[in-house]
Amino acid sequence: MNFSVNGRAYELALDPRTSLLDLLREHLRLTGTKKGCDQGACGACTVLVDGVRINSCLALAVQYQGREITTVEGLANEPELHPLQSAFIEQDGFQCGYCTPGQICSALAMVEEARRGVPSVLTPDLSVDHIDLTHDELRERMSGNLCRCGAHNGIIAAIEAALATRAAP
Amino acid sequence: MMQFEYQQARDVAEAVRLAAGSADVKYLGGGTNLVDLMRETIEHPRSVIDVSNLERQITFREDGSAFIGAAAKNTSVAADRNIRIHFPMLARALLSGASGQIRNMATVGGNIMQRTRCLYFYDDAARCNKRTPGAGCDAIGGFNRMNAILGASDSCVATHPSDMCVALAALDAIVHLEGSAGRRTLKLTELHRLPGETPHIETQLEPGELITAVEIPACSFAAHSTYRKIRDRASYAFALVSVAAALDVGADGKVRDVRLALGGVAHKPWRAFRAEQALRGADANEAAFAAAADEELQDAHGLRDNAFKIELARRVIVATLSELAETRPTAKPNGRNGS
Repeated sequence: MNFSVNGRAYELALDPRTSLLDLLREHLRLTGTKKGCDQGACGACTVLVDGVRINSCLALAVQYQGREITTVEGLANEPELHPLQSAFIEQDGFQCGYCTPGQICSALAMVEEARRGVPSVLTPDLSVDHIDLTHDELRERMSGNLCRCGAHNGIIAAIEAALATRAAP
Repeated sequence: MMQFEYQQARDVAEAVRLAAGSADVKYLGGGTNLVDLMRETIEHPRSVIDVSNLERQITFREDGSAFIGAAAKNTSVAADRNIRIHFPMLARALLSGASGQIRNMATVGGNIMQRTRCLYFYDDAARCNKRTPGAGCDAIGGFNRMNAILGASDSCVATHPSDMCVALAALDAIVHLEGSAGRRTLKLTELHRLPGETPHIETQLEPGELITAVEIPACSFAAHSTYRKIRDRASYAFALVSVAAALDVGADGKVRDVRLALGGVAHKPWRAFRAEQALRGADANEAAFAAAADEELQDAHGLRDNAFKIELARRVIVATLSELAETRPTAKPNGRNGS
């Protein structure tokens, strides 16, 4: 099977039972993506496929051949951190850090979803195409990523800070 | 997870041919439910046929109907401009379900075919007639807060977990199927079964039959519709009770037509036909909404932990219809209430 992860091509034989998460962690040794619940309840395993966020624990790797997969290892322009990574540090967006790679991948794709006009259940008027990423919208859109340390306030603050920086002239 | 053979279907005909009418074969969409169930070995198909690359187009037709390929992602349907404007209850139902990540994976066909989230169905140390026919049901005397209050049986009190299907039930959606015996359609309201004595048989689909599309007939007043979901967390949780509703009120203040369906209460998305019948021609006010809700819920039966859902369902029906009555569009062509 052929995979493209963080711009690098991989070819390997794989049991069809292998999840995308296990492919990344166990076969490609990209351990930034975390296994939390392994049943789609926590979001720690969030990665991007062609820029879209998914739970890699519920994904059979075989379904994602030939797609562009991005993990937390692929975000930074080393040695610089990604601006959202810096914002997580500045805003106390984590304690133990286990959910953080999933939170960051999720947040990046979430902002793009809103740009594309994907509404949320809190979007007041579904007929408009512009989404205003209010505090409540961010909380709702990030609800698929749990943080057992309870750093959610810092996480939302980090996303807000990164958005504000990006919007600045 | 047990071993299985993976095959990717290039088109519907190939998928159906590969399945060959076998009950031991599963179609795979986004995998958000099936992969989980296979990992728990509750599902252990011999063969998995990937249909996630089949038709995913969302078409809005001139006559006001919509046609959605079964491989369309939940996010794509909810974000579709025509769906948002003409069938907002469907967009809101989809957006009430799961998380952003899961909605990006899950397909329309898979959403319809997802299995119950009853705790005892997932727990292989518990008795479950769905998992092992004839074994008994530990939910009936157990923790049954999330279980059914309508249409349940002595064999099973599980609920269907979908939000999307509740809106589709209210919208009279038609499900297009293809199997080795050919093509046919089923109303969504008739696709899922009540548990009866055979809760392991959940739908009217034949073995190897594939959902290819969902069609939503035109509904002139569905643009004024909504979906309201009550759950234990503010987001990312299954429904205790949900209501999909559309309301058409005449200039005389009477209900011209109404669509109403409930989620979280039964083994299938529950179309509230009785309440609808009671409401047509009635005054569009709280008293009439409450009377209609009572009519629908007269056979509801509470278990140890979920009797509160009967009163909750009544109140959510009244609140949702009242909201629609208060915000109803003024009579102008294609009028939308800006509020």
